[in-house]
Amino acid sequence: MSVIAVERIKLFSTRSPWWCMIVAAVLTVGFAALTTGFLKGAEEQQATIFITQPGAQLSQMVMMVMAALAVTTEYRFGTIRTSFQAVPQRAALLLGKTAVVAFLAGVIGLIASFGAWGIGTLFASNADLSINTGAEWRLLAGQGLVFSISAVFAVAVGILIRQSAGAIAILILWPLLVENLVNLIPKVGDDLARWAPFANGSSFLNQGQDFGLAGQGAGGSDFALSPWWALLYFAGWAAALMTIALVSASKRDA
Amino acid sequence: MIEAKGLTKRYGATVAVDNLSFEVKPGRVTGFLGPNGAGKSTTMRMILGLDTPTSGEVTIDGQRYRDLHRPLTKVGALLDAKWVHPNRSARAHLTWMAASNKLPKSSVDKALDMVGLTSVANKRAGAFSLGMSQRLGIAGALLGDPEVLLFDEPVNGLDPEGIVWIRTFMHRLADEGRTVLVSSHLLSEMALTAEDLVVIGRGKLISQSTTQEFVDRASGTTVKVRTPQLDQFAGVLNEQHLVTRIEDVEDQGKVLFVEGDLSTDQIGEAAAAHGIVLHELTLQRGSLEQAFMQMTGDSVEYHAHEEIAAVTSLDAPDAAEVAAGPKEDN
Repeated sequence: MSVIAVERIKLFSTRSPWWCMIVAAVLTVGFAALTTGFLKGAEEQQATIFITQPGAQLSQMVMMVMAALAVTTEYRFGTIRTSFQAVPQRAALLLGKTAVVAFLAGVIGLIASFGAWGIGTLFASNADLSINTGAEWRLLAGQGLVFSISAVFAVAVGILIRQSAGAIAILILWPLLVENLVNLIPKVGDDLARWAPFANGSSFLNQGQDFGLAGQGAGGSDFALSPWWALLYFAGWAAALMTIALVSASKRDA
Repeated sequence: MIEAKGLTKRYGATVAVDNLSFEVKPGRVTGFLGPNGAGKSTTMRMILGLDTPTSGEVTIDGQRYRDLHRPLTKVGALLDAKWVHPNRSARAHLTWMAASNKLPKSSVDKALDMVGLTSVANKRAGAFSLGMSQRLGIAGALLGDPEVLLFDEPVNGLDPEGIVWIRTFMHRLADEGRTVLVSSHLLSEMALTAEDLVVIGRGKLISQSTTQEFVDRASGTTVKVRTPQLDQFAGVLNEQHLVTRIEDVEDQGKVLFVEGDLSTDQIGEAAAAHGIVLHELTLQRGSLEQAFMQMTGDSVEYHAHEEIAAVTSLDAPDAAEVAAGPKEDN
């Protein structure tokens, strides 16, 4: 387990991961304050847990950026060679990094979602925001899983691209733009969109939620898989991409 | 011991290292010498398992680097002092390296102390001068107290004080019985640092010998003779089975060179015995740099034709020929 210790020391001995984690947590909580803080009367009573979570996707992006940077900065500064020199079993080393980053992303995901919910209950105190249903638990606690899997995705992309700007561009454009644009392709577009990885990540969170004020279909309505299968499907993508990344990193010259 | 057998690395059509075989013995400093672009760094990266050879293999005490368990306890290396995260402190850098090979925390302090960085250990490595970065790299190499050490151009860009420090340090490491391989493109530096030399050019092995042998071979002497009876004297010397050659030297006309590490005494006596008039009789020693350039000249990747030609004709017209001797030996 020394690779875990190695990556933990590496990550916490520079400042940017700390900033990413703080920003990620603050964004979701801050957005919840904005979406719930100005509600009055009837509107306030209609607030749901879903309403407290709009910042989560942004935080998820920030954590993916941190995860990708954890790899690409190593290539940028050449420390990846020092790392491979210290641990020639490259796949083990990179999996250690993935584990550390995914764990932290998961923790931040939980802090963000429950923090946002906490702020929501504080600001919209007249609404019923208690966590009653399984779907509501899935929305909040599930954020941790989605953040973790996204981080694995991001580390894999970082290993494959090896360059910060390129990796970050892909990680932001893919879920925000590409997965939405495929909708426009005639005939196959709808299917492509339903089976896109990040769409399934949010489908896991959003199915069965009371969208309330956000309006019907705010969290999507066209789901390809039931929640847990959707999560597994999303995780499958991350695992596949990580496998390709590890094979490629083990073979190519550092 | 480091052992390379038929080591070859190709990048597309370019051959960076070409069927290279050599040995690096323990308890000595071995210089890895070659012009820029000769394939020294590529070879070192292959020794460390960072690059995969196209064919052939290189082993450390019979094991490939990638098969080593806790490699830092076996091989320490400094390939590039800049391979440090600029925002990480020197201590944090060494701490993660130590953790990766399950080395005790005390090894970090020991290594920092050995290279004299203890007082700046908590400063960010990005603020270090080149000399300090180099020391940090060496601290990383020494962390696991390894038997084998690799340094790629360690004195490049250092001030004289730093150069002397590194040179002394290498000797101390070898005296402790370690295997030390140091690469450089500076022959004069290697002549001072290394006991053995592995010389490469264009990825090919040019020679492997002790430094003393290399220097002796490379810096043999010739005797320069100016005489109005040039052809006659050449004939006399040839009868005594001496190798001579006649060259046009600028401003001096035709000049006779006698090869074979002879003294001026012998040539002078031969001249007197045959009544030859001498205008000049001098002993000429080839410079190491000239010899090195001649040996590796054909294998420099990017030729600077005119410059090399100018240096050759101005400073030591003989050195070129002197070096031709050992070249044939290889």
